[in-house]
Amino acid sequence: MVQRLRVRYAKRGRLRFTSHRDISRAVERAVRRAGIPVGFSAGFSPHPKISYAGAAPTGVASEAEYLEIGVVTTYDPERLRADLDSSLPPGLDVLDVVEARVGSLADRLESSVWELRLPGAEPADVTPAVERFLAEDRVEVERLTKKGLRRFDAREAVVALTVHESADAAAGREPGRPCAILRMVVRHVTPAVRPDDVLTGLRRVAEFAPPSPPEVTRLAQGPLDVRTGATADPLDLDRDVRGGEPGPAVRLVDDHK
Amino acid sequence: MSVESVFPRLEPLLHAVQKPIQYVGGELNSTVKEWDEATVRWALMYPDAYEVGLPNQGVQILYEILNELPGTLAERTYAVWPDLEALMREHGVPQFTVDGHRPVRAFDVLGVSFSTELGYTNLLTALDLAGIPLYAADRGDDDPIVLAGGHAAFNPEPIADFLDAAVLGDGEQIAIAISEVVREWKAEGAPGGRDEVLMRLASTGGVYVPKFYDVEYHPDGRIKRVAPNRSGVPWRVSKHTVMDLDEWPYPKKPLVPLAETVHERFSVEIFRGCTRGCRFCQAGMITRPVRERSVTTIGDMVEAGIKESGFNEVGLLSLSSADHSEIAEVTKGLADRYEGGNVSLSLPSTRVDAFNIDLANELSRNGRRSGLTFAPEGGSERLRKVINKMVTEEDLIRTVTAAYGQGWRQVKLYFMCGLPTETDEDVLGIADLAKKVIKAGREATGSRDVRCTVSIGGFVPKPHTPFQWASQCDHQTVDARLKKLRDALRSDKEFGKAIGYRYHDGQPSIVEGLLSRGDRRVGGVIKAVWESGGRFDGWSEHFSYQRWMSCAEQALSGLPVDVDWYTVRERDEVEVLPWDHLDAGLDREWLWQDWQDAVSGGEVEDCRWTPCYDCGVCPTMGTEIQIGPTGRKLLPLTVV
Repeated sequence: MVQRLRVRYAKRGRLRFTSHRDISRAVERAVRRAGIPVGFSAGFSPHPKISYAGAAPTGVASEAEYLEIGVVTTYDPERLRADLDSSLPPGLDVLDVVEARVGSLADRLESSVWELRLPGAEPADVTPAVERFLAEDRVEVERLTKKGLRRFDAREAVVALTVHESADAAAGREPGRPCAILRMVVRHVTPAVRPDDVLTGLRRVAEFAPPSPPEVTRLAQGPLDVRTGATADPLDLDRDVRGGEPGPAVRLVDDHK
Repeated sequence: MSVESVFPRLEPLLHAVQKPIQYVGGELNSTVKEWDEATVRWALMYPDAYEVGLPNQGVQILYEILNELPGTLAERTYAVWPDLEALMREHGVPQFTVDGHRPVRAFDVLGVSFSTELGYTNLLTALDLAGIPLYAADRGDDDPIVLAGGHAAFNPEPIADFLDAAVLGDGEQIAIAISEVVREWKAEGAPGGRDEVLMRLASTGGVYVPKFYDVEYHPDGRIKRVAPNRSGVPWRVSKHTVMDLDEWPYPKKPLVPLAETVHERFSVEIFRGCTRGCRFCQAGMITRPVRERSVTTIGDMVEAGIKESGFNEVGLLSLSSADHSEIAEVTKGLADRYEGGNVSLSLPSTRVDAFNIDLANELSRNGRRSGLTFAPEGGSERLRKVINKMVTEEDLIRTVTAAYGQGWRQVKLYFMCGLPTETDEDVLGIADLAKKVIKAGREATGSRDVRCTVSIGGFVPKPHTPFQWASQCDHQTVDARLKKLRDALRSDKEFGKAIGYRYHDGQPSIVEGLLSRGDRRVGGVIKAVWESGGRFDGWSEHFSYQRWMSCAEQALSGLPVDVDWYTVRERDEVEVLPWDHLDAGLDREWLWQDWQDAVSGGEVEDCRWTPCYDCGVCPTMGTEIQIGPTGRKLLPLTVV
């Protein structure tokens, strides 16, 4: 392995219904089609050197998924971005690639910024529920996991939780239909607190339930800046230009929306 | 008039279903043509779950060929799982295609590919969800022509009332011809409506339109005759055979799904047809004669397919892949080309007598060394003569010895239970064979680390085979024999632990037998089963034998027939069989003689290497055997 490349990609639109297994198959095939000189593990059943960090759940869109590829001959990061992006199906879009310089990428993914669109929900109805939730120290929720029904606190991991009005509704794209938007910064803890756990929490403390399935998007993943409560770009530490000074990770999102 | 996508209505439902990605489409190499730019529109259905249907070669080939035709579009649709079915009913979302998410009812033709009869209930679900009347007789000019193909279409009688038409054999040319008939008819302003276009199709002699034929019965339940009920309709409908597979190198651009499917590989048919003459094998009878694809075309298809798909496995498909006249050149050439490239080769069907170790080594050179699979089918020499699977015990032991000696550790053996004339001893012979295999493996390797898995399925007599007249073994007998075999394998102290055993109980085979050799009266059973919730009958977790039996009793009451009559009853030579008016080219007298020879242990050679024995196919269908060797070689790929 002569080089490791860290990749930020999005899963958008219909492709949010892919599972992490679907994505790993799609990436492996895209790498093969694009002729990217990926390394393989040795042994009886060789596997390509591609590792995935913290995949968003099936059905959840994301602007900030990460993977790392090991290659056997050096590959320009920008060329990898373009080649992999054109080889992947539209909806799995490669946004940013840097050469790995220091440390572990997975360790930097300390928090996520989530956006939940709640079609049919009035922002004025959501706000009191959010206030109740934030006023609590602990909000116990239950979720069926692979290990069975688990009970855990959904409150402490939530660093920020705010209510916004949909730009669509304001622009009259869906006239007459309100759409509240929740934005939250959540620390990655074990067991993971997912956006739907926070919604379960809102139901628990204020009996708030969205009228139709929420549309969830992960906007960013990265180190948590404890002073500002914001999520930083995890690839900044590998980038020369900034000399390791982290910037906000949500920056890229607006360019792609 | 344009047709709107139902996706905006489907999308909110996808949060609540298992594996939603299967309903989303967007596969690599999939095509969504402009609705208004086409005049003939096909919805192609594989009536099983997406994960099974997506890799189906037949659907992929027709999808590509039809979409290449100007003025024609083709989209795909699959059976939806019960979780989504319930939501679609609740929210009024119709059966949709995964390409454009267009409602299936808006298409001109709904072409359904039946590899097995167990998809019949799924056809009814799709029709019902689409808003298409279940019975062809109730359909109007706005409904698509519901057209069946695939191997099960060689006896479509059990679903005849639900079909407008069926085609037999290779689909490439007939699909284009049907498109042309529909295009012309629409261009003329659709004169005479639905019946007229069906009449035009029927009069070609290559499309079976069930409602243009009446079936009369004897008082005892046997068929008296099947005859056209109007002039201009042929007495017999012939199968289609594509000659020169090099002219039809499809799929060129394989569909690559995001969802996980049962076959994650690029598959190339290296030949069609098989003349080994195994008497149980419907595929080997109805796909005659053998037509090979040349080594160079195979090489070109693999090269393009790998490049287009990114798959890392190539399947060289056929009914007996090691029988290709240049299989050594094919496998060596491909293994050389992809040396070190992590592209592996597989031959899904290999005969013991055609297998050799050089071949196996080429197959495993660039990939994993998976298990080897052979299908002796019968446990005793006598029974293998009955079924004309001319594989001797010596062949098998020699082959597995070589395989174990070359480093393979796992051999899988396929058998059938319930074959004509079978006794308990024949089935127990499987245990002896498996023990000899392990013994040979231990001697060849000097190690006890060798395994053999015995996999056994129930035999179902199929139309257009010499066993079409045979009595199907009842499921109690099959189950008892399977249990005796299990006990014989498990109780063996020396070899038992080295032998795996996989089997299915005998009940599903009886339902398959009912559907395989059934006539139009069985349609009522299928409808009753579907109405009482029958879905996905090929899946053991959904299949209910009890449901099939109780619905059969109810639907066939008042008729002189029952499930036993269709399954365990032996037919005599003169009985009119439900599929006699459908012509696979096989001479009925030859089939009968072969059935008699089976019982007396007479064998038939392969007509590729011995003189013609007049099965009837080539002269009646205007076809001939097309095999190599061509003498050509695969050249290394040039590095760009």
